[in-house]
Amino acid sequence: MAISEMATEPLVGPSGLPRLLARPAVHGGWVDLGAHRSTMPAPPTPGARPDERLMLEVEASALRGCGGAAFPTAVKLRAVAAGRRGRPVVVVNGSEGEPASRKDRLLLVTRPHLVLDGALVAAAAVGAGQIVIGIDEGEADAHASVRRALQERRTTPLLAATRIVSIPARYVAGEERSLVRLIDRGPAIPSAAPPRPFERGVGGRPTLVQNVETLAHLAQIAAFGAAWFRGVGTEHEPGTRLVTVSGAVANPGVYEMASGTPVTTLLSAVGGTTQNFSAVLVGGYFGSWVSAAHAAAGRLSDADLRPLGAALGSGVVAFLPAGVCGVVESARVARWFARQTADQCGPCVHGLAAIGGGLAQLARREADTTVTDRLLRWAGDVEGRGACRLPDGAVRFVRTALTVFGDEVRRHRAGTCSATVHEPVLPLGDDRGPT
Amino acid sequence: MSAPSRLTVDPIACDGHGLCADLLPERIRLDDWGFPIIHSGDIGPALEVHARRAVSACPVLALKLARPSRPA
Repeated sequence: MAISEMATEPLVGPSGLPRLLARPAVHGGWVDLGAHRSTMPAPPTPGARPDERLMLEVEASALRGCGGAAFPTAVKLRAVAAGRRGRPVVVVNGSEGEPASRKDRLLLVTRPHLVLDGALVAAAAVGAGQIVIGIDEGEADAHASVRRALQERRTTPLLAATRIVSIPARYVAGEERSLVRLIDRGPAIPSAAPPRPFERGVGGRPTLVQNVETLAHLAQIAAFGAAWFRGVGTEHEPGTRLVTVSGAVANPGVYEMASGTPVTTLLSAVGGTTQNFSAVLVGGYFGSWVSAAHAAAGRLSDADLRPLGAALGSGVVAFLPAGVCGVVESARVARWFARQTADQCGPCVHGLAAIGGGLAQLARREADTTVTDRLLRWAGDVEGRGACRLPDGAVRFVRTALTVFGDEVRRHRAGTCSATVHEPVLPLGDDRGPT
Repeated sequence: MSAPSRLTVDPIACDGHGLCADLLPERIRLDDWGFPIIHSGDIGPALEVHARRAVSACPVLALKLARPSRPA
C-alpha cells in the first residue's frame, strides 16, 4: 500500500527539486523528528514477513544503489527476503570511503530521520528484525546527529535497539562483507566470497547492506510512491542523485540533480567555473577521468556516461583546474589506492604498490619510456584478482588517467611538466601519506 | 562421464607459493610477484589429472577445482 494512505492528512512529495535535500520551511540545519514528520508520513512498522506491496513499489521505482555499484535495489531486497537462515538484518552503510564524496555525510548530519525512515522501509520490505548503523569513525557530527535522532525515536520498534558501529578510516572497511564482520566484532576487512551478506551476513542471517542515500530515496518512494519518484530523471535511471562537486567551480558542495541533467546545467548550479578545467573525474576514485570536452557535453546518467567509459558511481564530479598536472594528481590517488589495501590478496598488495610506484616515478619525471606499457600490463594482471573490488577501482582509475592525460604523460616521459599550479587538488581524506 | 570443471583460487588464502603454475602451465601463469593468474575456460578431460595434482599440491588449499555453478 502507498504509505501516504496511512497518514491522517495526505502528504505529497516535493513537486520540484530538491527532494532529499528539501528543507522544512521553519528549520535550518538539523531536521528534528517533528519537522521531518511535517513533510513525510511515518514509515511502516516492519513485520516478520516481507512486505510484498512495498517490494513491488521499489521494483516499479527502478531505484539503484547510490554507493557506487548502482545495483538494482529491488533485486537486493528480494535476495535478502528469500534468505533461509533466520530473520534478516538491515545494515545502514554510512561509510563514505570515497575521500571526494560528502553526500552521505550531509544526509546523516542534517537529515538522519530520512535515513532512519529508509532503514525501516528496507526492514519492512525484507521482514528484518534488526537494524545496525555503520558510520565512519572520524565523522563525529554524523555520529552525534544519528545518536540524537535515535533518541527521538526510542519508542519506535527496531530503532529502540539499533546499534551504531564505528567504521575504521580505510576504504575497504566500508565494503559490505567488511561491515558484516565488523558488526560481528571481527576485523573490518573483506572475507572471501561466497557467501555474500544477502545469504549469510550479520550473525549468520540474511543481511541487507545499503548505502545511506539509497535508503533516503527508499523512504521517499515508500511515502510518495514509485510514480512520484519517476517524475524526474530519465526513464531507465529515474529520480535524483546527490552529486559532490569540487575543483575549478565557484561553489563546491553537494547538489541534488535529476538523473540525466546536462553537465552544463550542473556547472550553472555551482555558480560556474573559476578557471578552465582540463579533465573531469566522474564517479570518484572508483570512477573514471573524462576529458574536459567530453565531460562538458555529457549528462549525469550512466547511460550517457557509458560511451565515455564512465559511470556516476558515488556521484563525485571533480573539475581538474587546467594549471594542475593530471599525472601528478593521478599519482597521488594511485598511492592512496595502494595504501587502502587490506593486505590480504597478493595481486592487490603488490600490484597496487607497483602501479602507485610506477605512476609516482612518472610524476617525478624519472620514468623511462616503457613505463606506460608496464603500468598497463600490471593493470591487466591485477584486474579481477582481489577478494573485493579495490584493485579493479585502481585499475580503471589508472587506465583512464593514462588515456585522458596522454599528452602530459608524454611530456613527463620527456622530462617536462605543463603544470603552473603545484598545490594538491584531490582530497585524500585523513590519509596523509607521502605523495 | 563428468561435466567440465573450472579452476578457482581464493585470493586471500593464496600465498603465492607458485607450485600450481609449475604443475599446470597450460592454464596457470604467475604475475610479476609470483601469484597465479588462472586462464579462463573449462578444464577438459585431458588436463583434469594435472589440474587435480595442482590442487593437491597447493600448501594452503587456495586452489580449487569446481563444477561451474551459477549464482542464484
